[in-house]
Amino acid sequence: MSRTTVCTDAAEAVVGIEDGATVLVGGFGMAGMPTTLIDALITQGASELTIVSNNAGNGDTGLAALLAAGRVSKVICSFPRQADSYVFDALYRAGEVALEVVPQGNLAERIRAAGAGIGAFFCPTGVGTPLAEGKETRTIDGRDYVLEYPIHGDVALIGAHVADRAGNLLYRKTARNFGPVMAAAAALTIAEVSCVVDAGDIDPEIVVTPGIFVDRVLELPSISTEPVEVAS
Amino acid sequence: MTRTLGASTPTVVEHLDRDLLDRRELAAMVARDIPPGSYVNLGIGQPTMVADYLDPAAGVVLHTENGMLGMGGAAVGDAIDADLTNAGKIPVTETPGASYFHHADSFAMMRGGHLDVCVLGAFQVSQRGDLANWHTGAPDAIPAVGGAMDLAIGAKRVFVMMTLFAKDGTAKLVPQCTYPLTGLRCVSRVYTEHAIFDVDGDGDGRVRVLETFGVSVASLAERMDVELH
Repeated sequence: MSRTTVCTDAAEAVVGIEDGATVLVGGFGMAGMPTTLIDALITQGASELTIVSNNAGNGDTGLAALLAAGRVSKVICSFPRQADSYVFDALYRAGEVALEVVPQGNLAERIRAAGAGIGAFFCPTGVGTPLAEGKETRTIDGRDYVLEYPIHGDVALIGAHVADRAGNLLYRKTARNFGPVMAAAAALTIAEVSCVVDAGDIDPEIVVTPGIFVDRVLELPSISTEPVEVAS
Repeated sequence: MTRTLGASTPTVVEHLDRDLLDRRELAAMVARDIPPGSYVNLGIGQPTMVADYLDPAAGVVLHTENGMLGMGGAAVGDAIDADLTNAGKIPVTETPGASYFHHADSFAMMRGGHLDVCVLGAFQVSQRGDLANWHTGAPDAIPAVGGAMDLAIGAKRVFVMMTLFAKDGTAKLVPQCTYPLTGLRCVSRVYTEHAIFDVDGDGDGRVRVLETFGVSVASLAERMDVELH
């Protein structure tokens, strides 16, 4: 019996997320953004959240909707400012949400380090820039590095393509982005997927995220492509 | 008139009987200097145009930091797929031999020195190759760095594409950057509409002019605070 739970509805998938939680949210722009899980989290009601994601929301859906609902107290991301990040922009300028900007590769590696049990690591990115101010540095073999600490999640919400009932995940194209590293870095990892198949139906050679990193899976309702019957 | 200056190498070529480079010609100049078979990351904005001038037969492989090697051109019509975008979130296509990977692997490629060239825009470049391209420093600006700092220090060679002069007429290739830095001593070459420069070529902090377009080295030197060699 797999420890991964296949949830039948979105509300069940987000049960137990607490106020003040650090939530890792997958996606790069809208590619890989787990919008159904985020909508369920809005309904579930957890607040004072710290959100870790590449961006700070686009348009009015997904992360932007969570921000608009007033549930987020801090955003840790690489690129908050976009043409359609008006929800975040307004909250930030009003002083209602804190921001930590992290170089994108450092964000990925700090999350990876959390999942891999690394206590901290020396990284060349950002040396001599404002984003390294106040951080410990060291010269190793003549090159300067900045000490960076892992980012652990209480929860990770990710979007994937296919899951099997053992929790193994496949992704689709560039929607993979932060999914695999976030899955490993959180105490509770929840994936929304287009399709759930039986254990054994994914070739073990091509599994991207092994089920050990995945606690809950939510299968999204399939979008019907059948022509709609219209009475004549 | 094309004039070649200097007996020692590298010589400077002044293309005087022409206008400044336009944006497309600038992109073509960058593409010309990317060796066949290179793994290349093109930054968001103007650097993306370089892809249009790469010879398909040269086998240059494009990397996009959101997790793909072998990126093709912009997707149109039925080829648009919300799960396949470039770093600017524009729908793109895949080429034969393409691969997908997660973000930590993507930046390991960069930081680990596996990319041959990246092309970035800039607010300022210093004569020793410091780059400022992520933040104007304005107090009301929302800071957003994306992958700029990782790209700046990761690729073996960093090419910058920018206008040589800001709107107020001041040069953007400067003795020392006044904007917040993206990376230290990371830029190899600067492509502008007026000229192409090598910066900090031998680690000596000197700027060498390689080619000029519609202007002479002497006239550029009058408008710039860095010494041109």
